[in-house]
Amino acid sequence: MTEPPVLSVRDLIVEFPTRRGTLRALDRISFNIRKGEVLGMVGESGAGKSLTGAAIIGLLEPPGRIAGGEVHLRGDRIDSLSPEAMRKVRGRRIGMVFQDPLTSLNPLYTVAQQLVETIRTHDDVTEAAARARAIALLDRVGIPAAARRIDDYPHHFSGGMRQRVVIALALCAEPELVIADEPTTALDVSVQAQIIDLIKEICAERGASVLLITHDMGVIAETADRVAVLYAGRLAELGPVRDVITAAEHPYTQGLMGSIPTLTLESTRLVQIPGAMPRLNEIPTGCAFNPRCQQVFARCRTERPSPIERPGGRQVACWLLSETTAEEAHGGTALEGRGPLPAL
Amino acid sequence: MEEPLLKVEGLCRRFDISRPWLNRVLEGGERQFLTAVADVDIAINRGETFALVGESGSGKSTIARMIVGLLAPTSGQIIFDGTRLDGTDGSKMRALRKRFQMIFQDPFASLNPRWRVGDIIAEPIHRFGLLKGVAVSHRVGELLDTVGLSAGDADKFPHEFSGGQRQRIAIARALSSKPQFIVCDEPTSALDVSVQAQILNLMRDLQDEMGLTYLFISHDLSVVRHMATRIGVLYLGRLVETAESKTLFRSPDHPYTRMLLDAVPDLELSGRRRQQVDGEIPNPIDPPPGCAFHPRCPRVMDRCRIEVPKPVPTASGAAACFAVESVPSPALGGLAKVRS
Repeated sequence: MTEPPVLSVRDLIVEFPTRRGTLRALDRISFNIRKGEVLGMVGESGAGKSLTGAAIIGLLEPPGRIAGGEVHLRGDRIDSLSPEAMRKVRGRRIGMVFQDPLTSLNPLYTVAQQLVETIRTHDDVTEAAARARAIALLDRVGIPAAARRIDDYPHHFSGGMRQRVVIALALCAEPELVIADEPTTALDVSVQAQIIDLIKEICAERGASVLLITHDMGVIAETADRVAVLYAGRLAELGPVRDVITAAEHPYTQGLMGSIPTLTLESTRLVQIPGAMPRLNEIPTGCAFNPRCQQVFARCRTERPSPIERPGGRQVACWLLSETTAEEAHGGTALEGRGPLPAL
Repeated sequence: MEEPLLKVEGLCRRFDISRPWLNRVLEGGERQFLTAVADVDIAINRGETFALVGESGSGKSTIARMIVGLLAPTSGQIIFDGTRLDGTDGSKMRALRKRFQMIFQDPFASLNPRWRVGDIIAEPIHRFGLLKGVAVSHRVGELLDTVGLSAGDADKFPHEFSGGQRQRIAIARALSSKPQFIVCDEPTSALDVSVQAQILNLMRDLQDEMGLTYLFISHDLSVVRHMATRIGVLYLGRLVETAESKTLFRSPDHPYTRMLLDAVPDLELSGRRRQQVDGEIPNPIDPPPGCAFHPRCPRVMDRCRIEVPKPVPTASGAAACFAVESVPSPALGGLAKVRS
């Protein structure tokens, strides 16, 4: 009855083999993106946000590799495709917008050449038709005098305008999913707002789903329908944006929300989470957040929590919310004497 | 009224960005100048945090660099505790120097990777001859402790620390000469939010303990709101508005300030509809005539296109805008209510 999600990621594991052992950068990440939905993905640097995006589109930098899990795009498995087949998926079915617009555009080609080439790669149309479509698209993303400016080179455009060109490039093959990795981070605030609005509008217009990767919770709050919070390569919490922002359930999300200074709140002190996110080779056993957690108890140090389904379609990976452990949490050191349990 | 600790008057800085002389002779073309900072007046009182905000290219960092003496002003003067900095040198300058310090944006670039942390922090102490012998390492240990690291960290190298810890080291170094005034140039913009919160809290605690005065430079209005007592908003090198922090966020006078506030993503989910902001900062080599903000301004008048507005006094500061001049601020406050 229900339509399959546009993107379904199941237990995705990404590993980096190094001389000192294998580092697990993403550890069993699962989420869905429904049709027309904007899923925000937040986390601090090193949490694995960008890596998730790269793994989905098959652009992991070697030696990084997908070591487990599945990625389905509207029912078609895409994580095991050949590089050749994957290239057809990229651009055609998944569009990409990266942080720095200069690296996504080839400085030696005009915007027209890049757009027309992309359109003609994915669609069998004449050069003139492709050009007309490119101009219409540039016009739509808000480039003034698109018909004239299409023959300019990327360096002729300002930062905000370049990002608009990149968005046009990502959308020119009418993809089902757009992965936007920190699309506004390199831009000034006033331009940021324009670009966020544009991505949101234009994807809604075309029915494209969006995976919006950013470290800025404000951007997520304004744009996304649901949000996934990553910590040390694991999913800490996932749920509707409003719920997660106003009533976070995972202690990490709670700390994160409290540490963000806001315009309206007149607080004298920000909530602070002690310590910093662990490096990949130092992820503690049990819950990755346990050394920094204020509400830690014995089970957190030995056993890794899986995401627990919560009312309202939320998932929270925290033992505090598991009923079986509630009493242990209150009973204090019930598990303390026991040896470490095998990792889940 | 007490004399401000730092006064900046008519500060200007132009950069010569002309092509080399030979190219100009052979290929023609004029000399070109970029005015990074123009006619900036600031007064910072003791114990307060004065924040400068603005988008990239607005001249925030150029002002910071001129104040600490890393860059010479083209014109204008900087007066620290009653003494002009440009006329002073020699031993008098050294005595002044140790009273102000700077914290830089990128803790990966501002610490020498080949020096041990202890030596980095002790450098100002040696340079100004404040302490000798064992007292130095004792003081370094104390400073590390103050910023939330341990005395044992003095023997480590910067690469052994995370970004937040490095910024703590940079703060310890800035504190080592017991300054009164610290220029903080985007001290947290390279850090993650949870670490940013730690550093901001630390800076506030230190201010309370030591009575420090900060010039805090940032592009992030929410951070500025959290830190500043007074705020100056820069646009293309000119100060468009100065105001008490509370007043500025409640009822901004200058249209640019209002636009900046509107552009900040809303975490409160109030459903507040942001006003669409048009355009981008123009090229500073060739800024628009008159008020530099006029091409983007919703309240633009004929006069704005010709004349550069002078700051006029407002409820708690000043704003350089003809629209503010002609319509006093209470009416503007009303406008804001209608819009929301």
